[in-house]
Amino acid sequence: MTQPANWSALTAVMRRDLMVVMRRRSDILNPLLFILIVVSLFPLAVGPGPDILGRIAAGVIWVAALLSALLGSERLFREDYLDGTLEQLTLQPQPLALLAFGKIAVHWLLSGLPLVILAPVCALLLKLPIAGWSTLLATLLVGTPILSAMTAIGAALTVSLGRGGALLSLLLLPLFIPLLIFASGAVEAALVGTAAWPQVLLLAGLSLLTLLLAPFAVAASIRVSVN
Amino acid sequence: MSTLLDVQQLASQRAGRTLFADLSFTLNAGDVLHIEGENGAGKSTLLRSLVGLVELQAGTIRFFPEQLPFAQEWRQHTLFMGHKPAVKAELTALENVRLQAQLTAVANVDAWQLLETVGLLGLEDLPAGQLSAGQQRRIALTRLWYSKAPLWILDEPFTALDTRGIDLLQQRFAEHTAQGGAIVMTSHQALTWRPEQLKRIRIQGGEL
Amino acid sequence: MWRWLHPYAKPETVYHLLGRWLPWVTAGAVLILGGGLVWGLLFAPADYQQGDSYRIIFIHVPSAMFSMSIYVSLAVAAFIGRVWQLKMADWALAAIAPVGAVFTFIALFTGAVWGKPMWGTWWEWDARLTSQLILLFLYIGVLALYYAFSDNRTGAKAAGILAMVGVINIPIIRYSVEWWNTLHQGATLTVFERPPMANSMLFPLLTCILGFALLAAALIFQRMRTEILRQELRRPWVKNVLQVSPTTGEQR
Repeated sequence: MTQPANWSALTAVMRRDLMVVMRRRSDILNPLLFILIVVSLFPLAVGPGPDILGRIAAGVIWVAALLSALLGSERLFREDYLDGTLEQLTLQPQPLALLAFGKIAVHWLLSGLPLVILAPVCALLLKLPIAGWSTLLATLLVGTPILSAMTAIGAALTVSLGRGGALLSLLLLPLFIPLLIFASGAVEAALVGTAAWPQVLLLAGLSLLTLLLAPFAVAASIRVSVN
Repeated sequence: MSTLLDVQQLASQRAGRTLFADLSFTLNAGDVLHIEGENGAGKSTLLRSLVGLVELQAGTIRFFPEQLPFAQEWRQHTLFMGHKPAVKAELTALENVRLQAQLTAVANVDAWQLLETVGLLGLEDLPAGQLSAGQQRRIALTRLWYSKAPLWILDEPFTALDTRGIDLLQQRFAEHTAQGGAIVMTSHQALTWRPEQLKRIRIQGGEL
Repeated sequence: MWRWLHPYAKPETVYHLLGRWLPWVTAGAVLILGGGLVWGLLFAPADYQQGDSYRIIFIHVPSAMFSMSIYVSLAVAAFIGRVWQLKMADWALAAIAPVGAVFTFIALFTGAVWGKPMWGTWWEWDARLTSQLILLFLYIGVLALYYAFSDNRTGAKAAGILAMVGVINIPIIRYSVEWWNTLHQGATLTVFERPPMANSMLFPLLTCILGFALLAAALIFQRMRTEILRQELRRPWVKNVLQVSPTTGEQR
């Protein structure tokens, strides 16, 4: 296969996904609203005192992000599976992992990136001390690609089941634990005044590793699912 | 006459049931292979196993010119269309056609011309989801007018098409086989067109 | 590799082979594990610090040890299934995963029971207990996916992919949990790290470890035979086996 053909197919997949989601904007907005609502529940549950809220802010935002990733995961492959697109993608001469990477990238653009943009609002609502803001944003920026990639694996595995929801959280949430630990740990380190960059770097490394390997797992899962 | 596809002793099972066993056939340039059988006999499974979507239980499939089975190269020589049209409901007919062509890396496709050919001109700006099943099928079928694959594997290509659509498609089939292509297809409708080299295989299916 | 594996790729052959080994492995497991437990629980001396409560290690340590290696074997089976297109390796997942999950659960449960006298609490967010808990979730995920599909073979393949993804993540999870534990100054009293054990305690422990290994093997063999029958239900040879002798399948 020539390089231009690979490139052409990759951009076709990405353009198609972008165009489809841009026509259904609620798919982008709903997970964000979900995060916002979950975040605003916490002050009501544990009280609005800044000492408690500030301490749990990063953890709450990250847990909300994990849950919203699960919530929006179905749209990754569900429609494509139902209308036959997924089947056609597996029959493309181009490597399926490459096309899967394209889908992961679009998913991140439309769910991970908006989350980074929304994060300051959440941090404000939860009274996260200013010292932790930049670290929170950094962890979200490097951590959300992991979220998109791992979600894609789970969504591809369960796409033919039709009722993936609860099963998907069972499969994915344990795998998100390192992400949660390092991300909230980094913010905590920033709050107590120690260096947060080792954890952020670690997350960035994990992110790269995941983006490198996950497309192959997604491709294998798609092949199993269209069987 | 050159051979395009050689299938030997294919066998498949689905949910523990033998659909077909010991199925062998060859396909030469210009051949049309009509696979017949009742609902659930395993016609779709056969077509899907030809392109590697379903795992084979036994048998060999060889594509000519000789290449590795299921390697990337032969995928360029084969065009498969299943039950589902792979048309995005949110996108317009025009966008669907263009993206489909871009995905298969065919440059310089005249999407307007294609839409005119399949009779969708005037509907190009509507989201495909608002079109009828037959019209969506026509969008998907535009691939047949620019594909360079010699071997077409089509699962119920006439589904949802009206008589004019069926005629159009058969006309295209005739062109394709005249140019040395070959077609494997399933259909419940009898062909109104008489291909010169028509082969038939009947799958019984269902025996344990 | 393929040539060596090929004779074993036939479900019928594997079924009978496992059937031949099963009685020996089972007998070994009963004798050695039984002996080790009697030795450890009744005859080994009491610990000078913990008294008799330390005796739970004769169950806790072997099950905790194998809970992790069984997950690795799960991923190895899945890997073999993918690379050599060996469907029986995928089926092995159904045989191995529940055994691993139960071992993990036993390790967690005995850990909690042991924690009560040692820490004064049933549950402590200790790094090892937490990792063990996550491991249990991973096992449950693989099992849930395996049985979620109406087509058995698709389920086996999907669960295999998940097991491989899981095994890559396990070291990362372990490391992250340990780091998290030091960050939060968890329990400082670790009953798991002890000075070198006296031989009078070590030998029964080693016996128990060997016994648990044999027990795992026996359970996995039996489950594998059941899974082969389940996947091949419609094949003639299964009907013969089930008609002639439902338990051994030796005489045909």
